[in-house]
Amino acid sequence: MNPFQTILILSAAFLAVFGETVLSAPRAWLGAQIDLLPALMVFAALNAGLTTIAALAIFGGLWLDTFSANPPGISILPLMLVGFPIYLRRDLILRDLPFAQFVLGAAASAAVPALTLLMLLSGSTEPLLGWGTLWQWLVMTAGGAIAAPFIFALMDACNGALGYKLRTEVSFRSDREIRHGRILK
Amino acid sequence: MLKQKKYLALGAVVIVVVLLLSLPTRSTDRLKLAVGSWFLPLFGLASAGQQLPANLADSVLPRRELLKQIDNLRRENQQLRSQSVQSAAIARENDQFRALFNWQRQSPWKLKLANVVMRDPANWWRTVQIDLGSRDGLRENLPVITAAGLVGRVSSVSLTRSQIVLIGDPNCRVSATVENAARDMGVVLASGPLDTSLVQLTYLASSANLKPGQSVVTSGLGGVFPKGIPIGQVVDSRSVEFGLYTEGRVKLNANLGSLEQVWVLFP
Repeated sequence: MNPFQTILILSAAFLAVFGETVLSAPRAWLGAQIDLLPALMVFAALNAGLTTIAALAIFGGLWLDTFSANPPGISILPLMLVGFPIYLRRDLILRDLPFAQFVLGAAASAAVPALTLLMLLSGSTEPLLGWGTLWQWLVMTAGGAIAAPFIFALMDACNGALGYKLRTEVSFRSDREIRHGRILK
Repeated sequence: MLKQKKYLALGAVVIVVVLLLSLPTRSTDRLKLAVGSWFLPLFGLASAGQQLPANLADSVLPRRELLKQIDNLRRENQQLRSQSVQSAAIARENDQFRALFNWQRQSPWKLKLANVVMRDPANWWRTVQIDLGSRDGLRENLPVITAAGLVGRVSSVSLTRSQIVLIGDPNCRVSATVENAARDMGVVLASGPLDTSLVQLTYLASSANLKPGQSVVTSGLGGVFPKGIPIGQVVDSRSVEFGLYTEGRVKLNANLGSLEQVWVLFP
């Protein structure tokens, strides 16, 4: 496990939550705030270990709930329930394709708010719902879908620039090289 | 074995969630306060960044423009002074009548200005946070207003910040009066998640005579909001539940979508 990647993912989640609380432009223009944590969870599920995924779900969810009227902890499980199945099936996913990132970002961004609302409704809280919620859900899904390839590119760039890479073993060994031709003395 | 470990991680997360959700309200408030304090450096940076363009604009504002603004402010000040003299006379008269009828004297409300520092990231709540907290004397259920009208009430307080639940949120219900001949009374509730400028005025009497443009103010019932704070104006009305009661839509006076500064009312 690369600890730098974990730090990078958690830092990105920290900044994403902060951005969602102070930037009101998406809400003013589109009527809904876009949540970047599901798209970030897709990146984590495809590239990081299970500890990182769990840390992102716990810290990301808790940070989001801190600034919201949500009961603290309600956003953790939806994030984990999105990240965990992707992690289990990640060997079958073409993670480098932007289209796959787009589709997974859309699915995650659609599932997380739906699961959170389901959990809120199963409790004693009464969130603000109506026909407009469908529009907000679509905006969040589209926003997460569009953001996912950008998050992948940004995180890969940060990882490449700041992180270390694992040394890969190659079969070539210079001392076992067969040299052709006569050796000149 | 490896798969079991994976499910153990999922189980650990579930346990954390169950523990967090079963915390009592007092502990969750403390937890939110502790976690929120991690973001304080970022909020400091953000407010400094927001002030920078304003400071730059102030430094390059031409003298002619400043003189024009001073002139306008002087004129406005004179108008307000004359209104203040009239209000003082009315207040004196009001006090005399109160003494005459042996009514309890109303104490004036104190106001405290606060900056809105963040909005709720979740789309299903309408809350904002302000930069005043318990160290500034804030406590739960204090009304919050702007110059235009009612904004909401304080829902939770930490040392340096407070959460304001805005009018139109399911957790902010306001008893209201329509300023018409019958003084119809109802309850202001949320209308929908998209339009923050509209709220629902409901549980009005079936005989209520609502007309577009009529003003809606707080009724003073319920003990949270004092009487007479402007809320908005009636947009339309309809009879519901086979004529059992009337409800209408109210356009809010305060623009909740672009709140920057608000006033907290202290009794």
